[in-house]
Amino acid sequence: MEYILIFITAIFVNNVVFSQFLGICPFLGVSKKVDTAMGMGAAVAFVLTLATIVTYIIQKFLLDAFGLEYLQTIAFILVIAALVQLVEIVLKKVSPALYQALGVFLPLITTNCCILGVAILVIQKDYDLFTGVVYAFSTALGFALALILFAGIREQLSLVKVPKGMEGMSIALVTAGLLAMAFMGFSGVDKGLAAVFGLN
Amino acid sequence: MNNLKVLLNGIVKENPTFVLLLGMCPTLGTTSSAINGMSMGLATMAVLICSNFVISCIKKLVPDMVRIPSYIVVIASLVTILQMVMQAYVPDLYATLGLFIPLIVVNCIILGRAEAFAAKNGPIPSIFDGIGIGLGFTIALTLLGGVRELLGTGKLFNVTLYSEDYGMLLFVLAPGAFIALGYLIAIVNKLRKA
Repeated sequence: MEYILIFITAIFVNNVVFSQFLGICPFLGVSKKVDTAMGMGAAVAFVLTLATIVTYIIQKFLLDAFGLEYLQTIAFILVIAALVQLVEIVLKKVSPALYQALGVFLPLITTNCCILGVAILVIQKDYDLFTGVVYAFSTALGFALALILFAGIREQLSLVKVPKGMEGMSIALVTAGLLAMAFMGFSGVDKGLAAVFGLN
Repeated sequence: MNNLKVLLNGIVKENPTFVLLLGMCPTLGTTSSAINGMSMGLATMAVLICSNFVISCIKKLVPDMVRIPSYIVVIASLVTILQMVMQAYVPDLYATLGLFIPLIVVNCIILGRAEAFAAKNGPIPSIFDGIGIGLGFTIALTLLGGVRELLGTGKLFNVTLYSEDYGMLLFVLAPGAFIALGYLIAIVNKLRKA
């Protein structure tokens, strides 16, 4: 039950993009077409879940064990960068089809702040490994949902006439604001669910 | 004279937020008030100046193949130092900005300037570029934070200008960040063309 709560909260109530402001760069950058948005969403889900497992192990068995917590930022970013490279190489060999679909997005992911952000959050929230993985995967789903919704709107938006000064990023940001407002409608759902599950 | 040009370039012509649209996560995430925005801008500026200086000094020592990873290590070390300093001297501010301080590592402005400027220029111009871009970022964040604080709570830098009852709470919440930045970019676009 607790996992369902984390799942729904991470996707709808505390959406990474709309309420935590993580991963805004790819959210604004790769959201012009629904197809690419789906590819990016899948790539993020894949890397985010893997990165959370690896950074969790590093934190518990290396940093905590030897009292090196202050190296967290450096260790995590290097691990993530290396992991992205590794995933790229492995995918190329093992599954060329998947590589074709996700390949272009992989290098972009290293600087996607939601990967590092979620890795740090899982440690801060003191989750165990499985809870952390559930949290990371649902956060990634929340990111994919936001990205695909936004891409759908932007595809329509490219067909309409926009006031001159508002063209491009300006109107996109205002639209994102309206979407964020819609997501605010979910606030409180987590508390209601917790009450239903009797987790209070 | 040339250094002054580099400095102004960062504030006006290549303003990281309004023109290059880089570093959007901290821009939206930390600007719930003018002071928060300004602090985040200054923290980023400190890292940017140091990273530009260090990278421009070591650029000849680093083989081209491992350029990016080495830059990331330099930036991550500087951010770790910043984290420690902030935890020691301004713990309240550190708690408010929270996750966004370690996330300076993945701020595209810093790696972008390392690649585009510091790797091609000497240490002194790189420092000026860091100051310029950093100031541009700080000004943008302060402006956005100020607009959101004023519209949302009727205050500016914690000074009450009108009653909070007339404030639009939306602007302090998440959607207000997107909307306020969208309109600010539209205004800046208009001013740049004029």
